[in-house]
Amino acid sequence: MKIIVNGEKVDVTETRLSAILEELGHGGTKVATAVNEEFVPATLRDTTELEAGDRVEIVAPRQGG
Amino acid sequence: MPVFYGTEIESRMMLGTALYPSPAILADAFQRSRAGIATVSVRREAGSDKAGQAFWDLIKDLDVALLPNTAGCHSVREAVTTAHMARELFDTPWIKLEVIGHADTLQPDIFGLVEAARILSEDGFQVFPYCTEDLVLCEKLVEAGCQVLMPWGAPIGTGLGLNNIYGLRTLRAHFPDIPLVVDAGLGRPSQAAHAMELGYDAVLLNTAVAKAGDPAVMAEAFAKAVEAGAAAYAADPMEPRDMAAPSTPVLGKAFLE
Repeated sequence: MKIIVNGEKVDVTETRLSAILEELGHGGTKVATAVNEEFVPATLRDTTELEAGDRVEIVAPRQGG
Repeated sequence: MPVFYGTEIESRMMLGTALYPSPAILADAFQRSRAGIATVSVRREAGSDKAGQAFWDLIKDLDVALLPNTAGCHSVREAVTTAHMARELFDTPWIKLEVIGHADTLQPDIFGLVEAARILSEDGFQVFPYCTEDLVLCEKLVEAGCQVLMPWGAPIGTGLGLNNIYGLRTLRAHFPDIPLVVDAGLGRPSQAAHAMELGYDAVLLNTAVAKAGDPAVMAEAFAKAVEAGAAAYAADPMEPRDMAAPSTPVLGKAFLE
């Protein structure tokens, strides 16, 4: 299905957020997530099912002032 | 030394981690600044680049407390969601709350700031609000749960220094027990010293150090200035006066007309 990841259309085969993260190469990395502008804690990724068109944000630590 | 939400920090310098020419220079600047807190952010990560992991490895070695920000957020909802992601990533309840209201000045949206501060404080966050030096705004932020206030000296990245000394002094007088940090706008060590002479507890810098010709040397210069300003405040400076007053005793001067 097609979802939006960090503002770009992406085709994924998985539907669970945790599996989608693995599929997109984020397995084991330090990231945080939001779906449709709502924060999804790491503890809920296994039970969060996505639908086509959902907007996912995947963020990581970065420089800041 | 300043205490933020019950945690004493052995430094009056808070330093940003952005804009340095290289990771090595960033690390050198931190060492010479003796900063106790580093500000960090969260940004989009592509699965292939792993930039976040590399940065995480770098800041872990700095041995400082981390203060994640919500930089770039223009709405309450965006700031709150970003704060949640930051809390999970950095494993801290501290959040430097920015809700930006104007693109040119990066001036805080003070109405959104108070609302976001209340939402986050009620959710267990320990909020460090990036605010203006408006007294009534700061009262509202304290009512919303903030136990630290971080008024700007001048707009972010300008290096203009302390634009409203009266306003900053007023905050110090009205909030004797709230840690106050000048956040943003400092460009030179003398401005940081001035902030400390006003009785501020700390300063937060980034551009002034990172964009200096030699960031590490500038970091050390700021550290010395902050230390000098804090010592001066503790030593209770003399009051200025309009008329001259001789420092050398008048009594006993020889008459030589």
